[in-house]
Amino acid sequence: MKKIGLYIHVPFCVRKCHYCDFVSFPYRQDMVQNYLKGLQKELDLYHQLLAETRVNTIYFGGGTPSCLSQRELSALFALLNRHAKAEPSAEVSVECNPGTISPEKLREMKAAGVNRISLGVQALQDEHLYRLGRTHKSMEVYESHDLIRQAGFQNVNFDLMFALPGQTLKQWATTLTDTIELGPEHISTYNLVFEKGTRFYQWREDGLLSTPDEELDLAMYQLALDMLPPAGYRQYEISSFAPKGWECRHNLTYWYNEPYLGLGPGAHSYDGKTRWANDESLTRYLSTLEQGRTPIVNQEKLTIELEQSETVILGLRTREGIDRRRFQKRFQRDLCSLYADSIDKLVQQGLLKITPRRMQLTAKGLLFANRVFIEFLPT
Amino acid sequence: MGLSLRELERQQKIRNFSIVAHIDHGKSTLADRILEHTGAISDREMTEQVLDTMDLERERGITIKLQAVCLQYKARDGRIYTLNLIDTPGHVDFSYEVSRSLAACEGAILVIDAAQGLEAQTLANVYLALEHDLELIPVINKIDLPGANVDRVKKELETVLGLDGDEAILASAKTGAGVEEILEALVKRLPSPRGNPSSPPRALIFDSHYDPYRGVVAYVRVVEGSLRPGMSIKMMAGGGIFELAEVGIFSPEPTPTDGLSVGEVGFAIAGIKNVKDCRVGDTITDADNPASEPLPGYRQITPMVYCGLFPVDSNDYQDLREALERLKLNDAALIYGPDNSAALGFGFRCGFLGLLHMEIVQERLEREYLLELITTAPSVKYQITGIDGNVQYVDNPVDFPAQQEIASLAEPFVRATIVAPSTYVGPVMELCQDNRGEFRNMEYVDQTRVVITYDLPLSEIIYDFFDLLKSRTRGYASLDYEYLGYQKADLVKLDILINGELVDALSSISHRDQAYYRGRELVDKLRRLIPRQMFDIPIQAAVENRPIARETVRALKKDVLQKCYGGDVTRKRKLLERQKEGKKRMKQVGSVEVPQEAFMAVLKIK
Repeated sequence: MKKIGLYIHVPFCVRKCHYCDFVSFPYRQDMVQNYLKGLQKELDLYHQLLAETRVNTIYFGGGTPSCLSQRELSALFALLNRHAKAEPSAEVSVECNPGTISPEKLREMKAAGVNRISLGVQALQDEHLYRLGRTHKSMEVYESHDLIRQAGFQNVNFDLMFALPGQTLKQWATTLTDTIELGPEHISTYNLVFEKGTRFYQWREDGLLSTPDEELDLAMYQLALDMLPPAGYRQYEISSFAPKGWECRHNLTYWYNEPYLGLGPGAHSYDGKTRWANDESLTRYLSTLEQGRTPIVNQEKLTIELEQSETVILGLRTREGIDRRRFQKRFQRDLCSLYADSIDKLVQQGLLKITPRRMQLTAKGLLFANRVFIEFLPT
Repeated sequence: MGLSLRELERQQKIRNFSIVAHIDHGKSTLADRILEHTGAISDREMTEQVLDTMDLERERGITIKLQAVCLQYKARDGRIYTLNLIDTPGHVDFSYEVSRSLAACEGAILVIDAAQGLEAQTLANVYLALEHDLELIPVINKIDLPGANVDRVKKELETVLGLDGDEAILASAKTGAGVEEILEALVKRLPSPRGNPSSPPRALIFDSHYDPYRGVVAYVRVVEGSLRPGMSIKMMAGGGIFELAEVGIFSPEPTPTDGLSVGEVGFAIAGIKNVKDCRVGDTITDADNPASEPLPGYRQITPMVYCGLFPVDSNDYQDLREALERLKLNDAALIYGPDNSAALGFGFRCGFLGLLHMEIVQERLEREYLLELITTAPSVKYQITGIDGNVQYVDNPVDFPAQQEIASLAEPFVRATIVAPSTYVGPVMELCQDNRGEFRNMEYVDQTRVVITYDLPLSEIIYDFFDLLKSRTRGYASLDYEYLGYQKADLVKLDILINGELVDALSSISHRDQAYYRGRELVDKLRRLIPRQMFDIPIQAAVENRPIARETVRALKKDVLQKCYGGDVTRKRKLLERQKEGKKRMKQVGSVEVPQEAFMAVLKIK
């Protein structure tokens, strides 16, 4: 039986953050009810597929799944449990934002089989949280973490952001130190990206925000690379750190280029041959489902060249890199002869390393990963 | 053989004319109206502006390849006249072609926009027409426009051009008003062609084009004698002898006739394989009974502007060669030869009549032949006198001798005529001064407008002079220029080094006083155009091996996408594809990737 990862997009937030370009809408009870009905229909449409597969990771992302009420969460989980049979050992994550969780909600999650909480911390200084448009203060991070632990969760991730406007290296160091002190099992670090269409992008265009100095951005990334491993967090992917055995299995599905099914507006899916995406508009998502059709808007059947290329690009994001034998097994092609020219060039530039079993980014290659990736795109 | 009465009568009913105008004053639209009115073309056939056949011409609204058309017009006197309209290209690059077309006419319609009034090209056209003793029929066009000011234009005609303002015909090519009056004026005011029909033939070639099936089609005006199919003809300047296979007129489709006689305008086909054997301005005569003298005014066309054309993809070199060969078949003014650049690989050094000609050729190569090209900065042809006294001409900065071997340098100058509102005299003069111009004259057209004359180095004009002139006068100034000859100048070669390597394609010739400034501007521009790479890239400007400016493209610190995008792999890939696409358009210079725009940057520096 095939194994897949399941992603559920919960497109509601108390308020949209200034930098965010994910699909999310202001929380409204009636909209959540509609959404849950839609999700039920979507699950129905995938009934056959879900019956034939084993789900080994479930990821509730957003948006902010934790902004749903206890009863809504309960309904959401009940829906999932009815349609998808998760493996007993499955990793089930829920994204939560500080200030939106309560012991009752956490109990609901726990009871439903959730075993991993990803907390949107982003920063531990109130000035940055305020500027980012987050709804919480740093104090609530500590409170939320305590609640999560009290509810019995043993696998917690902190999402952290760096290269924020006005952020100093010292503040970033403090964020890292205090995070290490709290001891989540997993840490993700992302540098701020000014995405088109966000308020941050517009503010920067208008000269109200400055892009952080590149040297500082690099220094911050470097600081994470220097501080986290000694504290036990191994870098296993460009922006992910965890002790061995605590990697996010759902995200590894992406990096290993394995199949996953995404549900909810704007969610993305991949069945091993074809990628598709759901409509980002909640209204259209709902109305399409109302007509009994899947709300798919973009579908791309990958050529073998693209599949190989994406396998390499995604795989190289992990620190262990590509397993050459695994590649051979998947494509009946030798990785190193398939990309001989690109590999030669990149090895010469000191960006790529080839060992008998693996191909991986060097320390320098980690910083210039995009330069490496484009060499593996089909011409 | 005596002159028959019929022959005389035929000759007396011919009128050969051109239409001259400043750009956008409505020349092509008027030509269309004339064609319609004389029934040469039906409404149905009438795509807009029939005379401009190339797409490019239509897009740019200018005539590049001229044409001729033979019209039958029944005048008010009841007689039917043959009107030959010879179109002229509307750009200073092609002034020699214009002069040959005018030489084929007895008169010209001078079109002036009723709202704009006289412009630089109007003046240039009038002087050119008067040089050829043409009868001028001034037409004040676009009288239906709200801004039309007929009285002002009439006054300008009188004070500036010495023409009788009351003789001007008021017209609107758009509505058709005044068209009949213009046709009547052609009949009444223009002289019929003179010339002896029984002399040995002399026919002026005023244009030609290459037809893949028939060979070269020469556009001719018979000045004396006649041309008959079967005749053995001789090119009096080119020397070639061919058998005349066919002659005919354009009505407007090519229509064969049994001959072309004195005063007639039409085409001649003689199995000529290459336009260079059938040069514009040459005289066709009877090889067995040649005229003693060719018609005056022939000169070899010499390119004024040169640049290197290199394929972005070096595999396209052969395709580029074939494309140039084909363009050359139809364009005697285009010259090219193989060129080899350390930075850009194999390509061609090409010579053009001017910047517009250059742009047209470039665009046709890219559009019709689908070639992706890198163009180096345009250059003029410099005259270099060595310390050994030898004189050589160099059009490529790469070929410049070392400074210590040069005794003196000279560069081509032009006389520029600028017409502008008098409120802009200051900015115009400042611009000319900045471009090493030498003031010659200033004359008021009326209280509000002036004609300013400057001598300027051609090299300054071919950069962005026209754009700057337009922007400093809010688009009100117009420019025309004529070639003057070589004048001494203190010039140096300005070299650019990227990452320590001299990039030959970025070298340019500059006046010594401007070299420092240009060098600094250029490295600054390049610093912004060359994307950051994984190492520091020094960019230097140097004169005579001495660095005069330096900038550094700082190494990129990192280039990595950290965000996960929740399984949206396609989005990640698209971002990478865009990055790769940008990289593809770069030229590898040593270990540095240089974008194509960088090679054009030299162009934009003043």
